Amino acid sequence: MRYIPNSPDERSSMLADLGLARIEDLFDQIPQQLRLKEPIGIGHPMSEPELLDYFRDLASRNATDYQSFLGAGAYSHFIPVIIDSLISRAEFFTAYTPYQPELSQGTLQYTYEFQTMICQLTGMEVANASLYDGSTAVAEAVLMAHRVTRRDKFIIADSLHPHYRAVIDTYTRNLGLAIGTANHTEAGTLDATSLEISKETAALVVQSPNFFGCIEDLASLADAAHEAGALLIVAIAEPMSLGVLKPPGAFGADIVAGETQSFGIPLSYGGPYCGLFATREKFVRQMPGRLVGEAYDEQGRRGYVLTLSTREQHVRREKATSNICTNQGLFALMATIYLSVMGKRGVQEVARQNLQKAHYAASQIGSLDGYSLRFVAPFFNEFVVRTPRPVTEVMKTLLEKKIIGGVALKRYYPEMTDSILVCVTETVKKQAIEKLVDALSEI
Amino acid sequence: MENKMANTPEDLNYTKDHEWVRAKGDEATVGITDHAQNQLGDVVYVELPKVGDKFEASESFGSVESVKAVSEIYMPVSGTVIEVNNSLADTPEHVNEDPYGEGWMIRIKIDNPAQVDALLTSIEYEDYIKEEAAE
Repeated sequence: MRYIPNSPDERSSMLADLGLARIEDLFDQIPQQLRLKEPIGIGHPMSEPELLDYFRDLASRNATDYQSFLGAGAYSHFIPVIIDSLISRAEFFTAYTPYQPELSQGTLQYTYEFQTMICQLTGMEVANASLYDGSTAVAEAVLMAHRVTRRDKFIIADSLHPHYRAVIDTYTRNLGLAIGTANHTEAGTLDATSLEISKETAALVVQSPNFFGCIEDLASLADAAHEAGALLIVAIAEPMSLGVLKPPGAFGADIVAGETQSFGIPLSYGGPYCGLFATREKFVRQMPGRLVGEAYDEQGRRGYVLTLSTREQHVRREKATSNICTNQGLFALMATIYLSVMGKRGVQEVARQNLQKAHYAASQIGSLDGYSLRFVAPFFNEFVVRTPRPVTEVMKTLLEKKIIGGVALKRYYPEMTDSILVCVTETVKKQAIEKLVDALSEI
Repeated sequence: MENKMANTPEDLNYTKDHEWVRAKGDEATVGITDHAQNQLGDVVYVELPKVGDKFEASESFGSVESVKAVSEIYMPVSGTVIEVNNSLADTPEHVNEDPYGEGWMIRIKIDNPAQVDALLTSIEYEDYIKEEAAE
């Protein structure tokens, strides 16, 4: 089967219009030495049974019996099976999110529910219909703070997820914004009194729990930012923490941006995920992304429609608040179903289990000879362990015992040569924690 | 198009982008015309600059959002914003109800008062909107 939509006749007529003889003439500007002169090396075509065998073989090579302690922005939480069965309904399972109110009330209503739940979790007044992922959501928050304050300087915590910082750099590189860094203290968090916030600072950007798992003192950071007329942007990579932590909105956060992967979205090797974005109502017109609002039709029946679209690219072009004109509809649905199924108590219970298991693991590892916890600040389900032997050796020995011990931090923080970021979620059994502790004690 | 006769006071100057200017010495008040508000329909939001912002003539200094559309508002003459009508944040309908009074948008310090003389008079502006309507 060929998927070329035009016939040979149509192609030669198009070429004739262009005054060209062959399709290759279109590529004249590409130097000869850069051109591929043989077929792409992707092997021979396969029949359907061959193809199934091929992929079964590949799948059998997946390592499924390892115990992972990886977190760092992507968290292994239990996913109720109801999520897959509900999102697979044909009304939801489309390639593109339909927004027309005449035929998409279901989609618009769950999006409205998603926004409501994000507001409840973050303690904010208005949330959008989601963005691509945590990193783009935080970068959008930076651009929004620039619009709101009309200031150009940003202070970004070095404990913000390194990938998020990289995306902020990509977004802002050519905008003339000055991105400064605030370093974490020995405790693992920021010190509000040592920040260089000035009347030119647009916003302070912090993550809590931060990349090291430490919980920031958001109240003092909010005060420090607000005193200079700057905004506080709180990034959240592990939203499950909101099941036990006071929401950032309660501390005075102006924008909360982050990731919802923890709520029923599979790890999928790093994505696609689903970003959350919430703010104060007074900033709503500067907010990026789709927004669904509640409305009433002429017979007084409740319905849902896209709201404040004048912020968006399809209405305002270059004056839009963002060049993202869509959302992660299906993934926002997964998060919505997760939160609905678990309920308030369920999320609190999952969060408590994360907290307790992680603290049990941390205290066990911390009491081993030669091992210690790098930071003393309170943490949720992640913590940094200092190892007595080189990190690469520790990781290798653990791998031989089918344990993925965590993330070696020197990849992102070159000075942290002896540190591993360990994550323990509710999916890790007590025996698995003990196996890790035993393995570490033998190294 | 609605053919209601627009109100265009004689003591003001106008632009082809439908702003009005009430100049006194080197200061001026700026808003959008009765014709403009009538075309836009119900105004729901007005985005205005901050005091101290400087704009060149014909540069956009804000926008007016109605139930139908968002339109940029343009600086009639070059100058610096010295006052902003903050009451429009709560009562954007003043732009519809009283475009030359309570619906004013900004007061500016004019860089070059000669630029005001180059703007349209009320008669020229009325002719201009008639031409626009004819097109």
